[in-house]
Amino acid sequence: MSQKEIDEISGVATTGHEWDGIKELDNPMPRWWLWTFYATIFWALVYTIAYPAWPLVTSATTGILNWSSRADLQAELVSAEAAKSDYIAAIEKASVEEILADDTLRQFAISAGAAAFKVNCVQCHGSGAAGSPGYPNLNDDEWLWGGSPEDIRATIAHGIRFAGDDETRVSEMPAFADILSRDEIDAVVKHVLALSSGGDVADAGAEIFAQNCAACHGDAGKGNPELGAPDLTDAIWLYGSEPAEIAAQIRRPRHGVMPAWEARLGETAVKELTVYVHSLGGGE
Amino acid sequence: MTGTVAFERHDAEAVNSARLRKPLYSARRKIFPKRAKGPYRNFKWLVMAVTLGIYYLTPWIRWDRGPFAPDQAVLIDLANRRFYFFFIEIWPQEFFLVAGLLVMAGLGLFLLTSTIGRAWCGYTCPQTVWVDLFLAVERAIEGDRNARIRLDQGPWTARKIALRTLKHAIWLAVAVATGGAWIFYFADAPTLLRDFVTGQAAPVAYTTVAILTATTYVFGGLMREQVCTYMCPWPRIQAAMLDEHSLTVTYNDWRGEPRSRGTKKAAALGIETGDCVDCNACVVVCPMGIDIRDGQQLECITCALCIDACNDVMDRLGRDRGLISYATLADYNANMALATGNGTHAIKPSLVRDASGRISDTVARFHPRKLLRPRTFIYFGSWALIGLLLVYGLVSRDRLELNVLHDRNPQYVVLSDGSIRNGYTVKLLNKIPEPRTVTVRLGGLPGATMSAVGMEDSESKQITVTLEPDRTRSLKIYVRQPREKNRTPGKAQRLVFHVVDKSSLDSAEYVTNFESPE
Repeated sequence: MSQKEIDEISGVATTGHEWDGIKELDNPMPRWWLWTFYATIFWALVYTIAYPAWPLVTSATTGILNWSSRADLQAELVSAEAAKSDYIAAIEKASVEEILADDTLRQFAISAGAAAFKVNCVQCHGSGAAGSPGYPNLNDDEWLWGGSPEDIRATIAHGIRFAGDDETRVSEMPAFADILSRDEIDAVVKHVLALSSGGDVADAGAEIFAQNCAACHGDAGKGNPELGAPDLTDAIWLYGSEPAEIAAQIRRPRHGVMPAWEARLGETAVKELTVYVHSLGGGE
Repeated sequence: MTGTVAFERHDAEAVNSARLRKPLYSARRKIFPKRAKGPYRNFKWLVMAVTLGIYYLTPWIRWDRGPFAPDQAVLIDLANRRFYFFFIEIWPQEFFLVAGLLVMAGLGLFLLTSTIGRAWCGYTCPQTVWVDLFLAVERAIEGDRNARIRLDQGPWTARKIALRTLKHAIWLAVAVATGGAWIFYFADAPTLLRDFVTGQAAPVAYTTVAILTATTYVFGGLMREQVCTYMCPWPRIQAAMLDEHSLTVTYNDWRGEPRSRGTKKAAALGIETGDCVDCNACVVVCPMGIDIRDGQQLECITCALCIDACNDVMDRLGRDRGLISYATLADYNANMALATGNGTHAIKPSLVRDASGRISDTVARFHPRKLLRPRTFIYFGSWALIGLLLVYGLVSRDRLELNVLHDRNPQYVVLSDGSIRNGYTVKLLNKIPEPRTVTVRLGGLPGATMSAVGMEDSESKQITVTLEPDRTRSLKIYVRQPREKNRTPGKAQRLVFHVVDKSSLDSAEYVTNFESPE
């Protein structure tokens, strides 16, 4: 090893390291730095004793503070539940109309209902509740079984044509393929289209409609929510608005089924879902 | 016969011999700065009074904003996400104003450094100010430099224990007050003080005070100059802002050297001497423990106390002030060339003196014109430009804002009468601390009407909304358009939401789309 190089200006030996002519002086480190370093080592030791750290064969040390991320999560969940409990208690007591009238409760119920909807309802109604052919759009203002808060709540609570619930909503349109001839059905299709578009309704199908359909759908085809009979005069068609689609529905009607949710989710969740669905824009 | 044994004698010494070996770690060498007197010292007292005054007193200034906003002039309300500064109230989305201020502070620091050197370090840096305060306490209790050295080296007598205990107690009190003042910026100061004293404040308040007490005590009382030398990055960075026209505290060896402790004896011997009488006054006052006569160095924070000390000595000796002075490197080099005949010989102070022994008029002196350089123009220009932009941003910002989010799922809904409905989340931001009633109106879409969830108004062209003071209100608004009014089915139509506060004439608008099926 050669003689140490002494820096001319400072009179301090260099380490011999050089970058672009800049040399590193070999000054001693301040001692407080050393103590700080020892303190961090000590801190690390204390930390590994206090918290889970050292791996063992099948587990790890749990630390004398008994901290765990699962317990942390549990505590956070409990406090989140506690934060919600006031609202949930209020929703339990209130009717759907009362929830709708209260700004805070309504917003809470909409959020809670939206969450429940995402889990339980989107499979048929879609994530935006816009439905698809055969599955009603919940955003619009046509309601097969009524669009008042109470109607919506009853529909969600007891379902539609759901075998497991005595109060479920039931209606059944006969298969007119067995009752009417092909020409008669075509005439009814024309009549129904005329009802919907506001055209001339005094056509050949009018009489067939009055005899076979008006009992449920009404003389003017306005439907009847009591019976789940859809309004045939508006712009909304659950199974499509083409003549062939209407004819198919008259010949062999399809009937949607929805489970009863109250038995599964409880009254509170059904109220929250009701408020959410009602708030989608079509609620009456 | 006497034979000679041939061996080689090496010209070497063990590199790691005990004589040469240096310690790997070295203890701090204590510094006992002597009290300085003079204009720079007075200026530092003034800066200390102003900066500490601002820091400790600002949270207690009241500012009336009416019944719906806090009356503390400067308040960082983290819980409600509001920042109050006298007449300015900032919401989180306006934080760019604060970011702009920080950029200005950075550029201001560049400007300051490029003109008057490390003035930030020497006068206004919190580390400097608090160390100065802690030193003043130390001096008041233990006496000036010599008394402190004696006390430090003396045995642990009852007096020493008493003085040291008192000193550290006062230091801790200052540290607690420093940490304590910090938290008042984040909550109503009088309330927080009462809660803090009675033990009812939030744990984070106590933690913050504890941490800041510890850092103030350790950095201001114990670490002192080591923070600047070892921990602060700024001494390293500032070199990039300095140039040969930047003012730094300089020992003018072109008039000081050769230094001599016996000028009369030297004169009698015909030896020419400089102005420096090697009294070490500059060394003993230095809070950084350096000798400025070694030249510009990283440790020097340019607090200028050595200038005060040296000027005092020069006055007593009847010589010109400014042996140590604020000078630029360019002036220094010019004068050095003058004194050494462009480096051809050692310093001859007679070359920079006139016949009467005063400093000659031919030496270069700082002229304020040298502050105007491209570098300072660029720093000042950027600084001023950002400042103007911030002022513009501040005065032109809206106090009533409107944000609209179009529903994406579903984008549109066909209603039973065939009309098309789109849903929007409309956020109304009332940025003044007063309640207001505003009108939301639709524009641009033929035949459009709207309704808001939870509001009584049925389909209409406009709705009236009350806004709470200083709050955002979110509305779910459904806009519908009759089918026959839609001339471009399947294409997005333009829809404008207007919001107007008729009493203040504040208004805002938001342009969005209205979607429809083909």
